[in-house]
Amino acid sequence: MTSWKHIWISLSLIVAFGLLGFFVVRGDGFGGKFPFRFGLDLVGGTELIYRADTSNVENIPDAMESLKEVIERRVNIFGVSEPLVQTETAGLASGSRDERLIVELPGVTDIKLAVELIGETPILEFRLARENTQNILETNPDASIDELFESTGLSGRYLSRARVEFDQTSGAPLVGLEFNKEGSELFAKITREHKNEILAIVLDGAVISAPVIIDEISDGVAQITGSFTPVEAKELVRDLNYGALPVPIKLDATKTIGATLGEQALDAGVKAGMIGFVILLIFMVLWYRLPGVVAGVALVLYAILSLAIFKLIPVTLTAAGLAGFILSVGMAVDANILIFERTKEELRKGKDVYEAIREGFVRAWLSIRDSNISSIITAFILFWLGTSAIKGFALTLGIGVLVSMFTAITVSRTFLLAITFGKMTPLKKFLFSNGLNFSTNDRQLTTDKKQ
Amino acid sequence: MKIIQHRKIFFTLSAILLTFSLFSIFSYGFNFGIDFKGGTITEVSFESERPTKEVVEEKLSILDLGGFSVRPSGENNYIIRTRELSLEEGERLVQVLENPTVERQNTIGPVAGVELKDKALKAVMLVILMIVLFITFAFRKVSDASSTQTNRGVSSWKYGLATVVALLHDIIIPVGVFVFLGHFYGLEIDLLFVSGLLAILGYSVHDTIVVFDRVRENLRVNRETKVNEEFEATVGRSVTQTLVRSINISLTLLITLLALYFVGSGATKDFALLLIIGVIVGTYSSIFVASPLLVTFSKFRKK
Repeated sequence: MTSWKHIWISLSLIVAFGLLGFFVVRGDGFGGKFPFRFGLDLVGGTELIYRADTSNVENIPDAMESLKEVIERRVNIFGVSEPLVQTETAGLASGSRDERLIVELPGVTDIKLAVELIGETPILEFRLARENTQNILETNPDASIDELFESTGLSGRYLSRARVEFDQTSGAPLVGLEFNKEGSELFAKITREHKNEILAIVLDGAVISAPVIIDEISDGVAQITGSFTPVEAKELVRDLNYGALPVPIKLDATKTIGATLGEQALDAGVKAGMIGFVILLIFMVLWYRLPGVVAGVALVLYAILSLAIFKLIPVTLTAAGLAGFILSVGMAVDANILIFERTKEELRKGKDVYEAIREGFVRAWLSIRDSNISSIITAFILFWLGTSAIKGFALTLGIGVLVSMFTAITVSRTFLLAITFGKMTPLKKFLFSNGLNFSTNDRQLTTDKKQ
Repeated sequence: MKIIQHRKIFFTLSAILLTFSLFSIFSYGFNFGIDFKGGTITEVSFESERPTKEVVEEKLSILDLGGFSVRPSGENNYIIRTRELSLEEGERLVQVLENPTVERQNTIGPVAGVELKDKALKAVMLVILMIVLFITFAFRKVSDASSTQTNRGVSSWKYGLATVVALLHDIIIPVGVFVFLGHFYGLEIDLLFVSGLLAILGYSVHDTIVVFDRVRENLRVNRETKVNEEFEATVGRSVTQTLVRSINISLTLLITLLALYFVGSGATKDFALLLIIGVIVGTYSSIFVASPLLVTFSKFRKK
C-alpha cells in the first residue's frame, strides 16, 4: 500500500522538523552558535554611514578592506558588544560607483562619542621604548602606550612605502619600509642615537611590531624582522601603506534608536506574527477541514524551516524584515489553497481521494510556479535596491517564497497522501470537502471529460 | 456570477477610483520622508508628563531650524522632523526640550536622498518590465493555441497587456489613497513605502497569473476535447473556478496584515496599511479588471 510509504516519510519529516525547531528555539548549545541577528531598529543602537573618497586610490577593494580593519580596531577599543563594520559598493548599476562604510554599534546611543571615536584619521607612529619598560609593566600591567613608549616624532606621514620582502638566507618574510627624504633623516638620527633599543611601530595606539634597532640606518630603508607568517607580513604591509594614508571618509547619515523603542518594535512584531499565525490556522482548519489541519502543520514546518535559515545565513532581522516574514506566511498558504481547490474539483469529478490529491497537485503546480516566480523577481530586484532595511524585507520575503514552494510540494503533498488510506466513507468525504460548496459549472466539465 | 457580462460596471468603478487617485496624486503631491529628501528625524520620549505640542513647537522655535514639524506618537513620544542637523544641532534640539529620552535620531544627507529616489524609481520600472517579459514568456504557448484555433483565445502579448493594466491599476490606487492620507494624516513616502509598492506589484501579478493560468488550461482542455466554447464563456468559467481561491488567499493575507497593522510595531504600521489597500485592490483587479479585459481585447480583434 503506497500510503504506508507516505506515512513513514511524514513521520520522519515531523521528527526532523521537530529537531530543527529545537535548534531554532535553543539559545545555547548548538542553537546558540547561530543566534538570531536583529537589526538596530529592534535592539537599539547607532548606525553611522560614511562615504569614502576613493578618487585617489588605485586598488579600491584593498583600500576599503584596510579602512574596514582600521575602523574595526577603533570600534573594538570602544568595547561595544557585537559591533558590525561593513563596506558597501552602491550604485554599481547606475554607473556612479559609490563606496560606503557602514558601522553599526548596538547599544550605543551617544552618536557624538561614536563619531569622534571613528572619525579620527588612523595614525601610524614610531615610538621608542622607555628605559624601564619592564618595571613599569610589573607595577602596572595595564600601562598605556604613552607610559611605555616615548614619541619620536616619526610617523606615517614620512613613510613613502612598505612592502613584503623575504630573508635571503632563511626565506622568512620581512616587512620592508622606505621613508621619504625628511623621514630618512629623522630615522637616521633616531637609529644612530638609540642603538639596541626597541623602536615600536604603533598603529592607532596599538603596537603592531616592536623591532630592536641593530644599527644606524641612513638610507631611509628599513626592515622589520620578526616571526611573521607571509599572510601577517602582507597584512602589516597593507596597514602600513593604507594606515598611514587611509581613504578619506565623510559622514553621510546617522541613525540612533533607543533600546526601549527597539524592544517594543521587536515585541510588537513577534506578537503580530503569532496572532496572525493563529488566526490563519483557525481559518484554514474551519474552511478546509482535514486538509486545513495538514496545511496548518505544513505552515508550522514552513515557519521553523524559514527561521532556521534566517539563523544559519544569518539574515539580519529588522522591523521590515519581520513584516516580510509575516507577509510570506500569508503567501505560503496560497500554494496549499491552490492545491486544495484543485483537489476539491477532482473529487467532484468522482475520483477517489488519493487520485484527486495527486491530480490536484499536478494541476496546481503550474499556477504555483508561475505566480511565485513573479514574487521572486520582485524580491530579487528589491534586494539589489540596497539599503539594509529594504534588503532585510527582500531577503525574508524571497526566502519565504522559496521555502513555501518547497514545503507545499514536499511536506503538504506527503502528509495529504499519508492520510488518505482506507476506504471512502461519508465522514471522510466530509473531512476532505470544504467551505460552503459554491456551485460552479463543474458538471459541464465532467461531461466534457467523458466525451 | 456574471462578472464578465457586467464588466462595464466594474470598469466604471475602477475608472472612478483611478480618477480619484490620479487627482489626489497630482493635486496633493508626494509627502516625501527624509529617506528621499534628506533631513533629520528625532523621536523623543517624555517620561512623566508630555508637554503639549504647542509648548514643544515654541521651545523649538528658539533654534534656527527653518520649517519643522512636530507629531505626537504613542503616549509619551513626539516625532520631530527638521532639516539636516549637525551632531551639535541635534544635541541642542534635545537640550532645548529639557532632555527627554532620545528614542531615535536619524539624519540623512540630501544627496543620498536624491540618489535613493532615483534608484527606487528604477527598481519599480525594472520590476514592471521584468514581469511583462516573464508573462509574455510564460503564456507563449497560448499564442500557439490561438493560431491553430482562430476563434478561441487571444495572443500572448494581450495577456501581458491585461496584466500590466491590472498592475498599473493596483499601484496607482494604493498610491493615490496613500497620498490622500499623507496629505491629511501626515503619512510619508519612504523606502519602506517603495518596498511595499513592489510587494503589491508582485502580489498583483501573482494573483492575475493564477486566473490566467486557468484560462490557459481551460483553452487547452477545450481544444483537446474539441468543445466549442465562446472565449467569453471560457474566461467566465475560469474566473468562477478560481474565485474561492482568490478570495481565500486575500483573506489569509489580510489576516496577517491586519495583525501587523493593529499589533505590529509603529515602524511597519503605515507599511501594513499600504499592503492592506494593495491586497484588496489587487484581488479585485485580477477578478474584475484583468480577466474581463482579456474578453474586451478579444472583441477588438473580431471587429
